[in-house]
Amino acid sequence: MSEPAVRLHHVSAHYGTTTALKDVSLSISSGTIIGLLGPSGAGKTTLLRIIVGCLRPSNGQVTVLGQPAGHRKLRGKVGYMTQAVSVYADLTVRQNLRYFATILGVSWSRLPGYMAEVDLTNQANQLAGTLSGGQKSRLSLAIALLGDPELLVLDEPTVGVDPVLRLQLWDIFRHQAAMGVTIIVSSHVMDEAAHCDELLLIRHGRLLAHDTPTSLCNRTHVLTVEDAFLALVKAPR
Amino acid sequence: MSLRRIVATASRVWCQLLHDSRTLGLIFFVPCALLVLMKFVFENQRATFNEIEPLMLGTFPLTIMFLITSITTLRERTTGTLDRLMTMPIAKLDFILGYALAFTLVAAIQAALATWLVIGLLAVPVAGGALPMLIGAILGAFLGTALGLFVSAFARTEFQAVQFLPVVIIPQLMTCGLFVARDRMASWLYYFSDFMPMTYSVDAMKRVRIESSWSSTLTHDFVVVVGVAIGVLVLGAITIRRRD
Repeated sequence: MSEPAVRLHHVSAHYGTTTALKDVSLSISSGTIIGLLGPSGAGKTTLLRIIVGCLRPSNGQVTVLGQPAGHRKLRGKVGYMTQAVSVYADLTVRQNLRYFATILGVSWSRLPGYMAEVDLTNQANQLAGTLSGGQKSRLSLAIALLGDPELLVLDEPTVGVDPVLRLQLWDIFRHQAAMGVTIIVSSHVMDEAAHCDELLLIRHGRLLAHDTPTSLCNRTHVLTVEDAFLALVKAPR
Repeated sequence: MSLRRIVATASRVWCQLLHDSRTLGLIFFVPCALLVLMKFVFENQRATFNEIEPLMLGTFPLTIMFLITSITTLRERTTGTLDRLMTMPIAKLDFILGYALAFTLVAAIQAALATWLVIGLLAVPVAGGALPMLIGAILGAFLGTALGLFVSAFARTEFQAVQFLPVVIIPQLMTCGLFVARDRMASWLYYFSDFMPMTYSVDAMKRVRIESSWSSTLTHDFVVVVGVAIGVLVLGAITIRRRD
């Protein structure tokens, strides 16, 4: 079996006196779509920031693509879409992409392809600040896709997005996964679970389960991931 | 360090400014307006005005560039673009130098306008001529840019960032020899001002006003201003945190 794309070994994170993650250990295999599900404040963003290397865990080891998280060699191999739409509002769509492409060493000639992938070709010359919420998050996604990362870390990319666009986004994610990209998508909407190969359920900074959607429902004798989540919360530990 | 990434960052910042014509207008217009205002403040004291106006070129561009740059990297932090960049192959120094390059180019235009205004329109006699005055104004603005970028690494909010003006700039303004000759201050303050870079920026302007030839002291003043600015930029790059 090939080396896992991401491996966490007894990882904890504290902000002052509050604990955002408690002793999380997990392993994510390459080329899968992983759904990181949990209510708001569960520690999803903290976990993702640790994986992309923006946050140093208080305890534990994190290995990403065979390197310690945040390692110099990982820069550009990990595409990160933050929860806030991290684009330059006072630049056009094309200027945003050009800047990040130059930083990543991606040829500008490939940019029309990325714009087409996220369906923003007609907005190329529009200021990012004037885009709709959905368009902004698609631009943010396009930037995360630049440079063909081996790992895509997407923090709530489908929040507040209309159902049609949500399906479009999932098509993009599946297309990327088919090319061998490992994708971690966080969400607090349990419905999204159906699109994922595997799920990580997280609550109060603890990992409740790491399983496929089907086996999770079978194991807890329920029909939906939402019910499985409730069953796991109620279950005696 | 990568020249390509520095230039890309600088041109990106330029593009942002070009889409924000109000900010660009304020950067160019405000120092000029203040310089003209000085003329009317000293309406009946032409000799004092002639003495003070060149010194303003050593302080206004510096202060204004400090204010602007002190919130810029903060904006990148709050919008999440800094987090994103820090996961990409860009050195922290590339990022800071890109900003410094962009704003120093803006400052050069600002300095050219201000120099033309002082020497041309307001007819202030300057023995050294326009060139050393222009260089002094640009270097002062470069210093302000560097100091602003440096403090923006420490501020967590815009509200905190603007508080650095009274901390970093006003003490320098008070002790740089603008209000009172430095040797007339308390001796400990004289030594304090020796360590403050604005002192050299203002001293350079004093020399340009009265010395018709380029002296080695003028070169010394400029070298100090540039040296401090570069040192502060490097410190600024070190202070940005790639990982929280």
